[in-house]
Amino acid sequence: MRSSGFATDPDIRELVAFRTAGQDFCIDILSVREIRGWSRPALLPHAPSYVQGVINLRGAVVPILDLAGRLGLEPIEDKDRNVIIVAAIQNRTVGLLVEAVTDILGVPASGIQPTPDLASEATRSMLRGVVVQDSRLIRLLDVAQLLPPADDAAA
Amino acid sequence: MAGAIDLKDIFFVEAEELLSALEEGLRAIQTGAQEADTVNAVFRAVHSIKGGAGAFDLKPLVNFAHRFETVLDALRGGQLQPEPALLGALLHASDHLADMIGASRNGSETDPELDERVILALEAQAGMGGHKEEEAFVFEPLALDGPFGMDLSALPLASLQRKVVLTFRPHSGAFASGHDPAFLLRDLCGTDEVEIELDQTALPAPGGFDPGQSYLGWTITLQTERSDRELLAVFDFIEGNCDLHLEAEMETPPDPDGTLPEPNRAPSPVVTASAPVTPPPKPVAAPKAPDAPAATSPQPAASASAASTGPRPTIRVDIDRVDRLVDILGELVIHQAMLTEAIEQSPGFGSVEVDRSLDQLRQLSRQIQESVMAIRAQPVKPLFDRMHRIVREASMAAGKSARLVTEGENTEVDKTIIERLADPLTHMIRNSVDHGLEKPARRDEIGKPTEGVVKLSAAHRSGRIVITVQDDGGGIDRDKVRQIAIEKGLVPPNAELSPQEIDALLFLPGFSTATEVSALSGRGVGMDVVRSEIAGLGGRVGIASVRGQGTTLTISLPLTLAVLDGMVFEAAGQTLVLPVSTIIETLRPDIMMRHTLGRTDSVLDVRGRCLPLIDVGAALGFRRTLKPGEGEIVVVVERGDDGAIALMVDGIRDQRQVVIKGLEANYGQIPGIAAATVLGDGSVALIVDPSDLEAIGPNPPRPNVFLAAE
Repeated sequence: MRSSGFATDPDIRELVAFRTAGQDFCIDILSVREIRGWSRPALLPHAPSYVQGVINLRGAVVPILDLAGRLGLEPIEDKDRNVIIVAAIQNRTVGLLVEAVTDILGVPASGIQPTPDLASEATRSMLRGVVVQDSRLIRLLDVAQLLPPADDAAA
Repeated sequence: MAGAIDLKDIFFVEAEELLSALEEGLRAIQTGAQEADTVNAVFRAVHSIKGGAGAFDLKPLVNFAHRFETVLDALRGGQLQPEPALLGALLHASDHLADMIGASRNGSETDPELDERVILALEAQAGMGGHKEEEAFVFEPLALDGPFGMDLSALPLASLQRKVVLTFRPHSGAFASGHDPAFLLRDLCGTDEVEIELDQTALPAPGGFDPGQSYLGWTITLQTERSDRELLAVFDFIEGNCDLHLEAEMETPPDPDGTLPEPNRAPSPVVTASAPVTPPPKPVAAPKAPDAPAATSPQPAASASAASTGPRPTIRVDIDRVDRLVDILGELVIHQAMLTEAIEQSPGFGSVEVDRSLDQLRQLSRQIQESVMAIRAQPVKPLFDRMHRIVREASMAAGKSARLVTEGENTEVDKTIIERLADPLTHMIRNSVDHGLEKPARRDEIGKPTEGVVKLSAAHRSGRIVITVQDDGGGIDRDKVRQIAIEKGLVPPNAELSPQEIDALLFLPGFSTATEVSALSGRGVGMDVVRSEIAGLGGRVGIASVRGQGTTLTISLPLTLAVLDGMVFEAAGQTLVLPVSTIIETLRPDIMMRHTLGRTDSVLDVRGRCLPLIDVGAALGFRRTLKPGEGEIVVVVERGDDGAIALMVDGIRDQRQVVIKGLEANYGQIPGIAAATVLGDGSVALIVDPSDLEAIGPNPPRPNVFLAAE
């Protein structure tokens, strides 16, 4: 357990760090609903390759995205050993398939650096910044960018 | 105050029902119904709204309703004739009354000037200039904190004072629905001379007192000039929840309105408002247990005047509770399937008892489902009724004359669907009036009656509900539609389009044919929104048009959003579900029945009928099209209107009830897929929408929502 001072410090953000396609990423812990093992999803017709399909999450039908594929990296091969981070993104529940969850980080706002200009536009648009910790570069994902804006036309 | 808020909610719910009764009645009069019953029902609706509004001190509403009622009273009394102009004004007033109630519900008020204008217009039409103003507001004293009573002495004293003895004994149920005898008594007394005697003989010994029970009764002796009807009207809202007995010393003064059906008005002065026959008032005698009559009490006798709304015992249930029940039921169905699967794989399988129990369980859960769905099923009538107003307003705004004809209003549909249909249907109706119908002058020119007709109908058809909106207007101007689509860059200028394809252009986002943008429609967010809303309900919209004769829009919807009978099958290694209601037959074709058309398309010859053959696995993009002869089983399904298509699948696994889970919430719409479900093993299977499948083929023409921003 963390000390209460740590958890309530408004300056500290808690991030779930994970690995996929050989790179470290993290997302805000508040958007994570649960972390679960792989289960075979039902394929979705005409879906892009990074959409693995849909699974049953306690009665809700939840799409699974291969995060590496979504970011344009090498798609995950050995799915059975990998995990799904179930995240709530803009009122939708989505599963992110990643290699492994590595850590939970407490990072002060000052510890989050802007994304270096080097990154390609496609990658950079999905990152909010980077965190350097123990000589590792951890990319902070902008989860909202993983999904296109919800279709508002019907609203 | 929580209780008062609840009561107010009840008032608004009831007001809504009364409003629809009011509008329906007015329409019936419009179409020539002359029965006194209809006029009475209309009058009573406004009267009850006034009474309820008075109880909550909604003064503008009471005032409006009162003046409205005065006009209706004249109509009822025969002083006014139901001329079209008057009826128009009455309908307008009823629309405005609905607005006022809607505003009160939201805690606001409508513009008082507008209120005044509407009611003045009505009074002018009725030829009365508010000269009845001084007539007492019978209901004003009902206001919880308002002034009691009006100064009745202001009325000419010509009418005769008489003695009336009322015995009043509320049932226990009266308290449960929030009545307070004190208010009723205060209201009853008004300014008259009154003697009230309390009958407390039914009070139990101190130990056995239950605050929820009713133990008291009152005998009220009045010196009044009010008619029996006026006195009984005080008890309108507690009717059926009390024993009420009125005995007048002399004949009630001639009642100009004569609403209440009082068969024995003549010499016998006794009028019993509540059905249970009470003994003549004997305040000293110990009356029977106060709550005993409640159990056997039939519907209030006075509801006979509103006989059209057949009295059947109903309860109001919060829709959330029913939804919760549906959710639990969904889980039950899934777990029942899981249990069945587990038992089939266990060593105990095959025993007769287990088999029988499983069967029983299946039947029971199906029965529960049907019952729950029946609770949720509601006739579309209230929805359709609302559309009359839309047509009235739309035609007025567009300077057209139009009439709505409804059909199949008693068709029952899931409540959720009804609620979510209101917006798209409103839009479609407005479109029909605004774009569909021609201007009266033009109609006259081409020999059509100046009044356009929009027909709205509902029907059940092969497990779905079909709603059509049909107008007798000019039909779709396809050349114009095509030209606009080209101008807006929606189709390439050289596109070859079939009439159906041109009609379908109307559903494209950003398309609007109205050259001038009207207040009603023509903002270009029309039919595409309608289509996506209907698709969100698992339905489809179709359009058909004959130039010069009109346009028909068809909505086809599933009966329920919760459960369907599905056939579980496999295609390309995936488990999928087809709605059983669409299946015509399944067959194992031999190779001779298959013919290739073009390079990839094939047709299946089923007893001389050539049906398009679609490999489901390939159509959904799971595999490449099979070569002839490789397909195992063909399911013939009906699609949309009349035709049928043959679907090639790899194997049929089961037929069972499946719980429908939407894909829209977390993903988006997928062409060819209606929804998803959870199977017995906990895995997800997609429910195929065969009518959509045909259109897509191996390369989907439409991207799904999830990817829209790519």
